[in-house]
Amino acid sequence: MSASPEARPLAPLRVDALDNGLKVLVQEEHTAPLASVWCWYRVGSKDERPGLTGVSHWVEHMNFKGTTNIPRDQIKGIIEQVGGGWNGYTWIDQTTYLETATRDALDRMLFIEAERMANCLYHPDDCESERTVIISELQGGENDPDQLLDQEVTATAFKAHPYRHPTIGWLPDLRSMTRDDLYGHYRQHYVPNNATLVVVGDFDADDALRRVERQFGKIPSRELPPRQRTTEPEQTGERRVTIRKPGTTTYVKAAFHAPAVVDAQFFPLLVLDAILTGAKGLNLWSSFRMPPAQRRARLYRSLVERGLASAVTGSLAPTAEPFLYTISATVTDRTPAAAVEAALLEELDRAAREGVADAELTKAKRQLRARLVFDNDSITNFAHQLGYYETVATVETFLRLQDHIAAVTLEAVAAAARTTFAASNRTVGTFEPSPIGDGSLKS
Amino acid sequence: MESRLQTSNSRLETSGRGLNPSRAVLDNGAVVIAKEADATPAVAINLAMRAGSICDPADAAGAMNLVARVIDRGTAARSADEIAEELDGRGIALTVTVTRHLFSIVCTCLAEDFEPVLALVGEILMQPTVPETELATRKGEVITAIRQDEDNPAVRASEALMALLYPDGHPYGRRAKGSVETVQRLSRDALLALHRERFVPSGLSAAIVGDVARDRATAAASRVFGGWSAPPAPPVPLPPAAVAPRRQRLVVPMMNKVQVDLAYGFVAIRRTDPAYYAVWLMNNAFGQYAIGGRLGDSIRERQGMAYYVYSALDANVIEGPLTIRAGVGPENVDRAIASVDEETRRLVRDGLTEKEFAESRQYLIGSMPRTLETNAGIASFLQNAEFFGLGLDYDLRLPDLLRAVSIDEANAAARRLLDPERATIVIAGPYAE
Repeated sequence: MSASPEARPLAPLRVDALDNGLKVLVQEEHTAPLASVWCWYRVGSKDERPGLTGVSHWVEHMNFKGTTNIPRDQIKGIIEQVGGGWNGYTWIDQTTYLETATRDALDRMLFIEAERMANCLYHPDDCESERTVIISELQGGENDPDQLLDQEVTATAFKAHPYRHPTIGWLPDLRSMTRDDLYGHYRQHYVPNNATLVVVGDFDADDALRRVERQFGKIPSRELPPRQRTTEPEQTGERRVTIRKPGTTTYVKAAFHAPAVVDAQFFPLLVLDAILTGAKGLNLWSSFRMPPAQRRARLYRSLVERGLASAVTGSLAPTAEPFLYTISATVTDRTPAAAVEAALLEELDRAAREGVADAELTKAKRQLRARLVFDNDSITNFAHQLGYYETVATVETFLRLQDHIAAVTLEAVAAAARTTFAASNRTVGTFEPSPIGDGSLKS
Repeated sequence: MESRLQTSNSRLETSGRGLNPSRAVLDNGAVVIAKEADATPAVAINLAMRAGSICDPADAAGAMNLVARVIDRGTAARSADEIAEELDGRGIALTVTVTRHLFSIVCTCLAEDFEPVLALVGEILMQPTVPETELATRKGEVITAIRQDEDNPAVRASEALMALLYPDGHPYGRRAKGSVETVQRLSRDALLALHRERFVPSGLSAAIVGDVARDRATAAASRVFGGWSAPPAPPVPLPPAAVAPRRQRLVVPMMNKVQVDLAYGFVAIRRTDPAYYAVWLMNNAFGQYAIGGRLGDSIRERQGMAYYVYSALDANVIEGPLTIRAGVGPENVDRAIASVDEETRRLVRDGLTEKEFAESRQYLIGSMPRTLETNAGIASFLQNAEFFGLGLDYDLRLPDLLRAVSIDEANAAARRLLDPERATIVIAGPYAE
């Protein structure tokens, strides 16, 4: 089920489009009696204007609250009834929904997604009760100082581009948004000509395409609102953000503006990240479940092996527009944040000054090759990849990941290090804990 | 050679031959379970040693967790750097975890790397040397992790609940990571002695699932583990757990946080309890089905109080807990607890509806193919079946075991285990009484 060259041949990927503009990707995969359906929309938090931050994510929640033809009290159990699993997520470029269940449930899964596209209800009472659920989700995230710091670093790194605000939104917007804001956003973006439907599993592709046409063919297309056009201006100097709050642990982050996945510079930076913090996959749905191969990675050795940090991670996500490459370190107990920052920046400067060794490049490519195989270990994960890349770039980008990585040269990695790690391109964030005070237990 | 389609059908059809893994017991008692699955050119290796945190000495909580952090940092034959190079070069990271009963080393490798990787992880499991410099660095990491936990309401709630449900130093009630003090005190000699005592072939189960023939996998495991010799480990005394005699409530004030984590639980059942499948079904309907079952419907869907709320059953060697968890704003703590109380009483009083019962049962049966879709998922399922002695055909028998449960049995399970008057409740977060 891998897109890697050494994997077994799959049936060809079918790429089709309905008359209403719905892009359809169908892949036969007969390793299990299952089918996975993902419906992707090109709408994420970057498509939100001030005052409505978080609307895409809230809309995602509302789209599990019943439709014209699926009563509210049935929508959550409709897939479980056949043993299936379902979920959805929203991020900066995309919103997506999925079901994976036995192949016999394919029609049911397609019906749910067609209903979600066209017929969600947005009852005012449901909008209100979900407001507090989402605020609870936001506050649960803020309990985690690392997550809080990440949010602030991202907001500091971007001045103009809407990637700056968190996908969950800012709290005041979540408090003031109305049912009409939510429903308006839904109606604008949930149209077939803004969506990609991915179907992978144990079925005949022609038959699956007919079923897709039957469920989605009558949903009309509609003109899409103009896209946001802001380009982040070049950063002209280092930015810093320091959070001082009660806590126990210090966190340090360094974030750098990074290329979009369609940019030729993306893959050299991906290889560089493998050399610095260890190879991980390129599947946002599954890669995090497996720790990176990083024991010999440069930053692991200079921060963790020297006892300065208990963990270091690098994050470079494939995105539609230039986002961030972020390195995060958890500082060991009693180590000053400045020591970690200095060691981290010194490693990055070294990469910018000297580039990397040929042996490191070879190893990183081999690691990434393995990780791309591990990324696609289930039809759910494979279907995610097809839809994700089609939404942020093109599905061809996904099918050629191994080629893109194989083509990376030493010179390209060195250039990526010089460009990315310039001091004027970085934002440094620190969470410095102050004493908690009375944390004693009481009955 | 079997075609891909035949192989995959035999792998997952619950009405056919099922997983049909092979199981071999080596002369030294080590168990090797192998299952071929060729959906991806990769192999999942899952080594489970009966050396969980219950093996921590009474005065050294966190010992096994620290073993887990140092076990792959040097062996008799290889330095930490050499091990790191071997693993990293193949894109592999080991996941080393410690549960109450099992110490597990898990990884996925490319099929072409299988033999050398199995040899390496076997060496790591059997022959760690725990160099002093590595121990010092890893202690620093563990202490940092303990400090992070101290500032994490979800962890604080969970640990406090277990300490209350399993009091008086019970092995289930101790913190798996230990405390800063116990970790600082642990010496290299103490860790090596613990390893010598607990890491023995008769306690090992190796599951190998993926694109490698069963015979080849078993032969490779036999080469790696067959020559290992050590006497069986002495049993760990594990007192039975008693149900709390009355309702108890503990507040862990964490005024620097914005949200409260609630943990509300009961001592429940052993995995061998004849009512296990009835309890499993009851719990699914109560706190899991379709985002949190009845609890989710009340607390998340109808009242909008929490992003997450669910219940979880951990039927174990002795009576494990049934735990309800939720994250709520401080202003909603009392209302959320009252709602859990109410849903619990309602379930005990009125039982499940026929529809709820049927849906949960159908879900648990129907979700098996997804559970067994990935190599890692199959390996984990086989290890669970091995640990609890459920048999090689457990995947085939499971649907009938669930079908055999009646709604009356599920409702009786609720009446037996759930009682708000005996609930143990922990509130961790920005809340003060």
